[in-house]
Amino acid sequence: MSGFFKSSIGRKVAMALSAFFLMFFLLQHLAINITSVFSADLFNEISHFMGTNPLVQFALQPVLVFAVVFHFVMGFVLELKNKKANGVSYAKNNGGANSSWVSRNMIYSGLVVLAFIVLHFIDFWIPEINTKYIVGDMSGMHDGEYRYFHELVEKFHSPLRVGAYVVSFVLLGLHLAHGFTSAFQSVGSSAGRKKTLQTIGKAYSILVPLGFVIVALYHHLNPHH
Amino acid sequence: MNLTLKIWRQKDSSAKGQMVGYKVSDISEHMSFLEMMDVLNEQLVAEGEEPVAFDHDCREGICGMCSMYINGEAHGPDRGITTCQLHMRMFKDGDTITIEPFRAAAFPVIKDLVVDRSAFDRIQHAGGYISVNTSGNTQDANAIPISKHAADEAMDAATCIGCGACVATCKNSSAMLFVGAKVSQYALLPQGQVEAADRVKNMVAQMDLEGFGNCTNTGACEVECPKGISLDNIARMNRELMKASI
Repeated sequence: MSGFFKSSIGRKVAMALSAFFLMFFLLQHLAINITSVFSADLFNEISHFMGTNPLVQFALQPVLVFAVVFHFVMGFVLELKNKKANGVSYAKNNGGANSSWVSRNMIYSGLVVLAFIVLHFIDFWIPEINTKYIVGDMSGMHDGEYRYFHELVEKFHSPLRVGAYVVSFVLLGLHLAHGFTSAFQSVGSSAGRKKTLQTIGKAYSILVPLGFVIVALYHHLNPHH
Repeated sequence: MNLTLKIWRQKDSSAKGQMVGYKVSDISEHMSFLEMMDVLNEQLVAEGEEPVAFDHDCREGICGMCSMYINGEAHGPDRGITTCQLHMRMFKDGDTITIEPFRAAAFPVIKDLVVDRSAFDRIQHAGGYISVNTSGNTQDANAIPISKHAADEAMDAATCIGCGACVATCKNSSAMLFVGAKVSQYALLPQGQVEAADRVKNMVAQMDLEGFGNCTNTGACEVECPKGISLDNIARMNRELMKASI
């Protein structure tokens, strides 16, 4: 089995498996974000649960960090290996004649998403880890009420941050437009090439990033609620 | 029609190589692309120049030898064809046509437009066969019931002529459409299933060893394949390798 993951196909499968996990993660992340539009209390409750539940924090969170790092590192390793397999470049290459732009540029859309994740780590994850595990404040409280919703609205106040956020999610959408169905093909399922999954993939790659963007814009445009 | 050709010229495998411009005139739109190349070469010979080396054999779309990258596409702008089946009517009078060899680290240039595709042969040697005792008591193949669906899919995979257009087209120079087709044509039939696990492991290992890249499912190979080999064969190869490894 260890030989399998060293083979070119094994690495494709590993990329796809980490992608499936990340796509599932995105869905639940979006679901939680959406609650912030409807109910500050509900958003606070869920955020506090996710931020303090030991199973989420010490089982799911490390898996998530591993999946993100693995997906990026393996993607980068494969890209370098593929570049090496190319040999001399063509003087004229008409890639658009036989494949989509998004499928040929996964590394670039991926790098933008990675840049966003790095910013998100610095902006949200590291301060969060600091508050909870370095300072030791697990209460989730600030001035007598839950801090999560307040922090969220505060963050989306900056037009620069919201702008970067929107650009990143557009690129994530493009990444998913190829990645969703590609992952099925990599694990050996032709289902990704059938109409049903093509449609679900298209819907996922548009609606999920759009959902994140709408939540961000909503809070940006309604800063005082 | 009168055309300007920009052709990759390379003296031998170790020479550097460069694009060189040529003019050809009075080309009939009914000619095949290779016949147009013949006209150019006759012209070059008459001028005392070295003719352009290019691979060709059957000139009827079966052998898979003709291997040019024409205007940025393997076998040129038409679909479901090899270069010998590409007609000059696909081009316009006055066009400039760029002609390059198939590019991949695993397909080194031998001379001009001729590349060494023996990496494919070595992948085939690694498992692209079935072991049958041919001592004279071989069972009639028709005695084994095979579903129409499996027979059709195996036949579709077996139509791969090993031309290498998939590798030339792939942004990763991946050979997975070729290997997928070769794995599939046996994996679908009872005679091939006996050795299926070893076959897929050995062929994929040889493919990796030859330095082909990794499939990222762009689907470009399937579009450019002269035989319309489907990406489903890559998915099947992935399944076969998973099955063989677990």
